[in-house]
Parts: sequence; C-alpha cells; structure tokens
Amino acid sequence: MNERTLAELVPSQGGVIAEVGGDRSFRRRLMELGLVPGTLVTLRQVAPLGDPLEFEVRGCRLSIRRREAAAVILSA
Amino acid sequence: MSSLPTVALIGNPNTGKSTLFNQLTGGNARVGNYPGITVERLSGTARIGERDVEVVDVPGCYSLAARSPDERVAIDAVLGRRGLQRPALLVLVVDATNLERNLYLALQLQELELPFIIALNQMDAAGKRGLKIDAAAIERRLGVAVVPIVASLGQGLDTLRLQMAAALGLGPRRGPASPWRWEPSPDLSADLDHLVGHLGDERPPGLSPEAARAVALWALMSIDTDDELDDVPASLRLAVLGVHKQARLSGRDPDQEVAAARYGFIDACAPEFLDRPAKPPRSMTERIDRVLIHPVLGFVVFLLIMFVIFQALFAWSDPAIGLIEDTFAALAGGVRQALGVGVIADFIADGLIGGVGSVIVFLPQIILLFTFIGLLEDSGYMARVAFLMDRIMNRIGLHGRAFVPMMSGFACAVPAIMATRTMERTRDRILTMMVVPLMTCSARLPVYTLIIGSLFPVEGPEGLPVQGLLMVGMYLFGTVTTLAAAAVIGRTILKGPRVPLLLELPAYHRPQARSILRLVSQRARVFLTEAGTVILVCTIALWGLLTFPREPAPTNMEATAADSAPERVEPADEAGERLRQSYGGRLGRFIEPVIEPLGFDWKIGVGLIGAFAAREVFVSTMGVVYGIGAEVDEENATLRSRMKSERHLDGTPVYTPLMGLSLMLFFSLACQCMSTLAAVKRETASWRWPTFMFVYMGVLAWVVSFVVYQAGRAMGLG
Repeated sequence: MNERTLAELVPSQGGVIAEVGGDRSFRRRLMELGLVPGTLVTLRQVAPLGDPLEFEVRGCRLSIRRREAAAVILSA
Repeated sequence: MSSLPTVALIGNPNTGKSTLFNQLTGGNARVGNYPGITVERLSGTARIGERDVEVVDVPGCYSLAARSPDERVAIDAVLGRRGLQRPALLVLVVDATNLERNLYLALQLQELELPFIIALNQMDAAGKRGLKIDAAAIERRLGVAVVPIVASLGQGLDTLRLQMAAALGLGPRRGPASPWRWEPSPDLSADLDHLVGHLGDERPPGLSPEAARAVALWALMSIDTDDELDDVPASLRLAVLGVHKQARLSGRDPDQEVAAARYGFIDACAPEFLDRPAKPPRSMTERIDRVLIHPVLGFVVFLLIMFVIFQALFAWSDPAIGLIEDTFAALAGGVRQALGVGVIADFIADGLIGGVGSVIVFLPQIILLFTFIGLLEDSGYMARVAFLMDRIMNRIGLHGRAFVPMMSGFACAVPAIMATRTMERTRDRILTMMVVPLMTCSARLPVYTLIIGSLFPVEGPEGLPVQGLLMVGMYLFGTVTTLAAAAVIGRTILKGPRVPLLLELPAYHRPQARSILRLVSQRARVFLTEAGTVILVCTIALWGLLTFPREPAPTNMEATAADSAPERVEPADEAGERLRQSYGGRLGRFIEPVIEPLGFDWKIGVGLIGAFAAREVFVSTMGVVYGIGAEVDEENATLRSRMKSERHLDGTPVYTPLMGLSLMLFFSLACQCMSTLAAVKRETASWRWPTFMFVYMGVLAWVVSFVVYQAGRAMGLG
C-alpha cells in the first residue's frame, strides 16, 4: 500500500495517473474528462469543509469528492 | 415548423452554448420537453443565409456516452433517434479555455460522420490566460470549419452564420475517408463488428457502415449492468455485456482503450494549434476564489448572499404581493358593484378574478428568485454554492445545488420547486421537490399566528415566552422534517445507484442583464401558461365546491328580521350558513370522522378544504364558517374569541391548546396547497409525483397529529 492517490495530493502538487479505479460508470466519465493513465493532474483547491477537491488536468478544472479521488492511483 | 432544417447546438457545459443560442435565435426560444423525461428542450428560429432554420439547444455534455435517459438525449438529438428530427447541421460550441476536453466531443461527432462546424467560443478569456490558439490549424487537422467567436459580445457571429449557411448548402456531407482519428485495436474492431449486428432500432436509417460502428462504440461505452437506459434493445444489452465480460477475461479494458486513444490523438496534435504558457498568469477567477472559497470568508460571503435572497423573497416581495392582492380585491369589488348579488357576480368576482389573482400573486417571488438564480448561475457562483455545501448536503442525500431551492422553501414552495431546475439529474430534482413543501412557507405563518395567538398564553409558568417559543419550534420542526424526509425518501423510493459528484467551477463572468431577463421572463411564462392554468382551474373548482348548491338560505327568522335594509353585501351569518350547506361544507362533515381523532370538528374540516387554495385562506374560511365574514385576518379579535367560545355538542371547548398543536402540526406536514401540486406536475411532467407527494405528506400529517392529540388526551391534557 505504498501507492499514492489523487486524494493525498496537497494544493498545487501534481502527480501522473497510473491507474483509474472505482465504479465503471464514474471511472469511464473521469477518463472521458481526460484523466487517462499518463496524464499529469494537479490539485488546485480543497473545499472549506474538506470535500470536494478541485483538480486541474490539461488546463481544465474539475471537482470530485475525496472518496472517488482515492480510487485514482498515481505513479510513483 | 418541423419542415425547417434543424441545426443543433452541442457542447460541454459552461461553454456559452446558451448565450450563442440566444444570439442566433434572438431570444425567441420555445420551451418544450424531450418526450418521456423532464429535460427541457429549447428551440428557436434563426435566419441563416437566405432561409429560416430551427435551432435546437442540446443539453450540455462532456461525452455522448450515457448512463441515464437524461444523458442519452444528447446522442438521440444528434442522430435523430427516438422521434427527434435529425439535424442537418451541428454546431459544436468549444470553450477555447478548455480546448482539449472539448475536442473529445468533436472526435465523437466525427466518428459518427455527423456534419458539424466548430464555434470556438471564449477566445477573449483564452487570450487573457495567455493561451495562443490557431483556429486555422484546428481546421486543417480536423477537416471542419472552425470559427473563433465571443458569444457574449456577439463577435464572430457573422462569420459563423456564413459558415453555417455554407455547410447547410452542401447537403448531406460525405465523411472523410476514415472518420476515426485513432485506430481501434483488432480486438476492439472485432467487438464493434459483432455489436453492429445487434443495434436494431438504435441504428438510425441511412448510416454508413463506419458510422454504424461508431454507434456500436457508443453502446459499448454506455451500456452497463446498472445503467438506467431502460429502452435499449435486449439483444444489444446482452451483446454489450457479453463483450465486456469477454474483454475482462482477456485482460482488456475497452473504456480505457477508447478514452486513452482519443486523448492520445488530441495530445499528439495539440502542439500544432495550442501554445500554453509555462507559467499562466494568475487569473481573476483564482483571485476571487481565494476569498469566496476561503474557509472563513467564503462562508461569511455565502451566508450574506443567502440572507439577501431570503430577505428578498420574504420581505421585498411583500409590497408587490400586497398590491396584486389589493388590485384583484378591488377588481372583484368593482364587479360586485356593477352586477349586484348573484351567482354570476360571485363567479366572476371570486372564481375568475380571484383565480387569476391567485396565479399572478406568485409572480413577485418567482421573478425575484429567478433574478437571483440568474445572477448566481451567470456569474459562476452557483457552482461554488455546490462546492461549499456539498459535504453537508451530501449527508442527507441532496445535491449541493439543492441549497437555494431549499432555502427558498421558507418563502414559498412554488418558486422553490421551479428553482430545482438548477440541478442536472432528474433524481436530485425530484427528491428536492418532494421535500421542499415541508419547509415552513410564509403562507403557514398566518395560520400559526391565529392558533398560537388564540389558544396559548403570551407568558407561561416562570415567565416562559410560550408564544414565541412555539413559533420558533414550528419553524425548527419544519426544517428538521424536511431534512429527515430527504434522507428517508432518498434512501427508499428514490434509491438509485450512487452517482458521484462531478462539478466544474466555471470562470467568473459579469452577469448579462439580457440573459437574466430572458431567464426570468421564460420562467414566468412557463409558470403562467402551464402551472398557472392548473391553479386557475383548481381555484374555480374550489370556489364552486364552497358556493354550490345555492339554495336560498334556510329562513332564519332572526337573521332576516335584523336584515330589513337591503344590502349589496349579504350578512355574514347568511354567508356562513350557505358555506355550511355547500358541497364543501358537506364534504367537511363527510370527512369529520377522519379528522375527529385529530381533535378537529367538521367546521375545521371546511377550513382545511378552503386552505387548498392557499394555506392562509384557512383564516378567512374560518371567518366565514363562524359567520364573522371573510374580511378577517389572523389578528382579528372577534375570530379569536369566537374560536375560544366554540363548543362541541357535549359542551367541551373545540379549541384547546392540545388541539391547536395538533392543527399546527397538521398544517406543517400536509400538502395543503394545490399550487405546489400544480408546480410539481409542471416540473415532472406527470401526475405521479404530485400524487405521491400529496399522499405521503397527508398520511404523515394525519399520523403525527393523531399521535400527538391522542397521547396528549391520554396524559389528561386538552
């Protein structure tokens, strides 16, 4: 369990996606939004209550919950 | 109208698609519904070249792949499936600041060999971010016309119209030799060939073999074991699930293969047309978000904005509502003056004029609420509301965007129900609609005031401010039951697959007065023509119920003797007697056995029936029932003392504090409001949800009142 996930990034920190996990339908949506393996993702900001998280990928922003972000594994 | 060629506008959410739609159609949009679902269909006529075309606004989407009927609208609209007209041309609206993600949709359109051109919007914002975009290079790479525009300022629209005219003139376009910008692997290719044979009705006529493979790919990406696509052919569903199973067994992942291949193409050619600065300048949006998303400041601003909206709905709308009520009352009075006493005068004054008034009276709050919603949506703040509130709202199973409708429920459920439109998913909208009428709306206030003021002491033992506490308690009770109902209904009747949040915080914009005006007038029009007609019919029906039969009032010697001087306005006693004899009065007596265990007699039953017009009408109905007249308000001393002296046949008082509590709880929970039901009927396009709402709230109200009243009696209260 040394894998880092999207949920563990701190603001302004980036990571390259190794694998997208989770339910098929949401996983498919994330990948269709550009979160495919090999892509750089940066955490932009965290909502004041700790969830959701806003990420930037290819210059586009999107926000998802911590729970789903934890299913996206980053390469070491 | 349907003979006009159709041009469909398609694009990601927040691309300025609606703005372009309004620019092209001049704001003459018609609001319809897609068949069978609650997604609204906007269409309008535009002049392109020398002819009129029908422009259709396709709901925003990131991809054509769908897992619910709401999402499937996009592919059905572009392919002309499920009874929708096949567009002669698509205009793909692309947000220049999110170029790559938007081009993903362009690739899908190409795979389907659909005729389209690209409107490259928000070029000004892209420039501010230091993005250098070469439209001509995109044109070369994709082989479709690309027109840079700034839709909000109307820039580039002439060129866009010319390109649209040119594309329309070409007629059915031949696709490129290979419309696929990526090479499906041999395995995937075999899968698609297999699925093409199962497409059935999902394959519109006249599609080339390559485009049919793209439809098969859509099915492969969309169909799942737990999707909500209910009318996909069974054999196609089986075939797709079979392909997925087979792929998993051999270690393949079609979803990832397809998404990665499309983005692979986009990433590979992006350098040709996109130059992103290594260090983008800090945008205005980021600076604003530092305040508005700030853990402390963010919530301060949020609460401030919500307070202003609340205040507007509650207080600012009041003079306008009063004016409308006075105007219609004066109109009705004028009619009576002119026509004298009689059923026709009554019908025109109370039924017709009163009915129209009861529709118009909602307009101030609808206009105010949608002005604020327009401001919040247009500026980009509404998405931040969801971002801030998601954690809390998610706990009770509601969408973050449900906050504004829920809060509006304190003023009135009707605009609140209309405001659920800000949520994309049908399920989120319906869940919010089902619970928002439990919020303590302002029409309940006069009822509570009357009951609390008549039956409870100002000060209780040890100086307890009983009346104030009770009022606060009723508001708390309403809020808690709303949240509890959301939690319960969301986990039972509206239980569905958990849909994770996917939110885009758009760049802040200066709101456009014109687009807000358009939104407000559109919503007001939809309300008047659709919900309004239902409300009007119900008001007239209710009037008839409380007026007929119009037998001459039974000769009551004392009453007639005292009334020797003929008056235009009949004596209050007589009106009361007539109401008691009316169908409504009989209905009140008929339901007495049902409401008796709650502590209500048949006269209160009549009041409950009258309150369907609007809850506060309970007060004036009780005024009539008790022969005091309709012109009473909740502070009226005569009505209050009459209530206190009202006795059952056995001489015990009808109104006790316990019965008052039971009555308030009933008003708090029961869906005593036909306008709410009419609004839900309009928004869900069926009678199913209003019926469910009426029944569940009614049963809840009865049970709670019953338990409280009977338990109180058992404890020797009342």
